[in-house]
Amino acid sequence: MARIIVVTSGKGGVGKTTTSAAIAMGLAKRGHKTAVIDFDVGLRNLDLIMGCERRVVYDLVNVINNEATLNQALIKDKRCEQLYILPASQTRDKDALTTEGVGKILEELSKDFKYIVCDSPAGIERGATLAMYFADDAFVVTNPEVSSVRDSDRMLGILASKSRRAEKGEEPIKEYLLLTRYAPDRVKLGEMLSVDDVQEILSLHLLGVIPESKSVLNASNSGTPVILDEQSDAGQAYADIVARYLGENRPHRFIEEEKKGLFSKLFGSK
Amino acid sequence: MSTGAPITQKTALEFKSTSLTVPVLLLAGNDMILIDQQLQEKVAQAPEFFKNSPLLIDLQKLNTQNLELDFAEIVALVRKHGFMPIGIRGGNQKQTDDALAMNLPHYSLHGANAPLTANKPAAKTLPPPVVDEPKQQSQIVENKLVTQPVRSGQRVYAKGDLIVTATVSAGAEIMAEGNIHIYGSLRGRALAGVLGDASARIFCSDLQAELISIAGIYQLSEDLSKYPAHKPLQISLDNQTLIIKEF
Repeated sequence: MARIIVVTSGKGGVGKTTTSAAIAMGLAKRGHKTAVIDFDVGLRNLDLIMGCERRVVYDLVNVINNEATLNQALIKDKRCEQLYILPASQTRDKDALTTEGVGKILEELSKDFKYIVCDSPAGIERGATLAMYFADDAFVVTNPEVSSVRDSDRMLGILASKSRRAEKGEEPIKEYLLLTRYAPDRVKLGEMLSVDDVQEILSLHLLGVIPESKSVLNASNSGTPVILDEQSDAGQAYADIVARYLGENRPHRFIEEEKKGLFSKLFGSK
Repeated sequence: MSTGAPITQKTALEFKSTSLTVPVLLLAGNDMILIDQQLQEKVAQAPEFFKNSPLLIDLQKLNTQNLELDFAEIVALVRKHGFMPIGIRGGNQKQTDDALAMNLPHYSLHGANAPLTANKPAAKTLPPPVVDEPKQQSQIVENKLVTQPVRSGQRVYAKGDLIVTATVSAGAEIMAEGNIHIYGSLRGRALAGVLGDASARIFCSDLQAELISIAGIYQLSEDLSKYPAHKPLQISLDNQTLIIKEF
């Protein structure tokens, strides 16, 4: 049986798709057969971040409507053969998604995939609730600012009450906190919430902190999941997160401000 | 006799009308053994109540089923159980004649419904306390315990007391008809005594609430900011004013 992971946040623009792409690639690179599904029907983005936008033929809605088989719609990643992408439809809206249809797809994927990453759209409407409905684990992506934290809190409430596990009275979804776009220097200046502040409000297990990084935008623009940029801080942070999720014990990084040496003090940051 | 009768004499008596509540025995069958048995059971429930009690025997139901009845026998039977029959109602001609022969008058069926209902409470006066007690108990027991964080957008309602052992997030709402206890941070709204119980209280270990209310009297976070966070507090209602005190 596959483990279904939903990447969710409530708020938009916090890094759900970046995280979905990085996590899926990270899991696949470690040898686990992984599928990543874009639930943002009508605002398809995952294919761009994954760099497979020119190979999209069929999509999620086609499969739900039995217009294509799952194998026809799945796009095999060119960099990692364990990774498959199921894109969203750009010409439809979220009402095209049905609980039965999504359930059927996830059940079929569960047969030969180890991990299924569901990239949730923003909001708490149909697309988002369906993306999380069948989940076993939830990665709650949060920016260190109050509105994102509140939206994440709202999403956690929905995870706890409206998922399949909640409705069937099974063990609840495992929730993990991913703090993205974190800038320790701005935290120090009091311009941003600290890791502790966010954890105090959300009381959630911290899976990792991803620093604010230029490499994320570069990766998105080039269609390469940032985790493949092993030199970048964000890429390393995502690699840590994947390792921690798989049970490795890695110390948290990127929470404290980097101590600048004399050289960088003199010549500015890199 | 006539209205012209001498009235110089002192009046020795007077006729007045009164209505009494009298137990009525509604007979639905003519099986004497069964009637005997069931009468015994009823009397056993409240022996003092039925002892020497007047009794009206209602035969209407019996007669609609055209069942034969030995009237003398039934009178003997109710007397055996300590009743004092005072008459019959709804009897046919023969039963009425039998009754008259035993000096038992016949009452008309007018207002037959009133004694019928009157009979019921009379028979139930003893059992009620037993029926009422478990009801009251079940109302008291409906307290609620929440061990998971109450997230933004969630609402929790308790018919009794509400105990939360985790945080209540901003944008969450917890309500109780009784008291509220919060052992985490209270950042959302807490409303105690929502049905108007002014004696309800809110206890919390860290007050950062958006709103607190007892029996409809509320304060907003603006007014609450002067109270220390991370300190156990109790909130009660005194004379339409919320009193917030440290322990």
